[in-house]
Amino acid sequence: MGLLSSKDSKLISDPLSDDNPITIQVLGICSALAITAELKASIVMAISVIFVMGAGNVVISLIRNIIPSKIRIIVQLTVVAALVIIVDQVLKAYSYSLSKELGAFIGLIITNCIIMGRFEAFALANGAWRSFLDGIGNALGYGLILIIVGFFRELLGSGTLLGFPVLGDPIEKTGLYSIGYENNGFMLLAPMALIVVGLIIWVQRYRNTDLIED
Amino acid sequence: MEKRTDKNWYTLLFATGMVIVVGSLLAFIASSLKPKINENKRIEKQQNILYAMGVHENEGKGSVAFVEASKVADEFSKYVKKQLVITGDLDIVEDNDAYLIDIKKEQTKAKAGEKRRLPLFIGEKDGKTYYVAPIRGKGLWDAIWAYVAMDENMIVQGAYFDHQAETAGLGANIKQRFFMDDFIGEQLLDDNGIFKGITVSKSNSDPTNKIKNDNEVDAIAGATITGDGVSAMIKSDLRLYQPYFENLKTN
Repeated sequence: MGLLSSKDSKLISDPLSDDNPITIQVLGICSALAITAELKASIVMAISVIFVMGAGNVVISLIRNIIPSKIRIIVQLTVVAALVIIVDQVLKAYSYSLSKELGAFIGLIITNCIIMGRFEAFALANGAWRSFLDGIGNALGYGLILIIVGFFRELLGSGTLLGFPVLGDPIEKTGLYSIGYENNGFMLLAPMALIVVGLIIWVQRYRNTDLIED
Repeated sequence: MEKRTDKNWYTLLFATGMVIVVGSLLAFIASSLKPKINENKRIEKQQNILYAMGVHENEGKGSVAFVEASKVADEFSKYVKKQLVITGDLDIVEDNDAYLIDIKKEQTKAKAGEKRRLPLFIGEKDGKTYYVAPIRGKGLWDAIWAYVAMDENMIVQGAYFDHQAETAGLGANIKQRFFMDDFIGEQLLDDNGIFKGITVSKSNSDPTNKIKNDNEVDAIAGATITGDGVSAMIKSDLRLYQPYFENLKTN
């Protein structure tokens, strides 16, 4: 990559594969369970987290030398909460229909442990530009898993993708349903997200045995 | 030596400073965006009311499509003929801002023993009269609400459901057409004319909702509490309008 040095580009690429926040660092599992019943919700959440994560990491990195270490967690929380409220209010004013779609997710971002985790682990010790890249990278890695999980849960649970009935109509028995296929309602429930994440972790460690811890 | 940022006085100073900076920043943003947000909410209410009475831009079996925000004021005055406020013993007054009445506040008032104001919007479309009532209740996580359009026999002609924070893919689907459209044609009264409401049922063995006089619609799998909330708010809130409809018939 010409734009980024190889060290910097690793900040983006590592979280997408061998240092993925969900499957390797095991952060952000809670939101991965909560919102992946639909592909669209996964995508929207991924985009929102990319924004908050990038901006939050930069802010924390800029003030890292003046944060009192005793209350640093509270400071981090305040920064995330403030960013999230700003996003929420601006969306409500200028893109009302989108903010209706996002609804609960925006608030959920605050509780996302990836954000606090990256503040602690990276932004407190690194410069603004590198923290920005780290934030974007981790949010992308998180988003990638969210979208994979959302894809399978919506496809197998509801037989749709982004709301489009790709497998036919389960009530009128068309498409795949005409030969006896049924949607698996289990896929819509939160525990199945854990199982899908577990399968992703398995595939990832099967392909790269270096990731296996003893 | 202790670092400056570890000292107690510094921590206190930093915390105070942060609260002031972040607090005033958020207050400034919230108050400067407030008029725009309120305007959006007002337009949304009009869109919801129009949607319930069938004024929308839905295509085929697709998703919900409201009247465009720019056209909503004109369409609202075109289709909504009268806005009534009903209090107590059928004390009916006309009020052109009745759609702005906050149902949540009215419900709190009723709990405190005060008289609740019931807004009712009378619309006309293609020679048919629609009576649209706003209702509000509790879902799994937060508030749910709806606008229900009825005819003079309290048969549902259309409905728009919405929610604050129901689970995506499950309870949140009450605002999808596959759920809302099931209500069209359902009776709120039983065959003897007694108010029964409409129950969101998991066992009505009528998934395509062909039977319209069973006071039941098919539930969404995985959204039990939200569905129960929908049944409950229909029962508690729409019942209040029954005297109005009875009065309508006797006069």
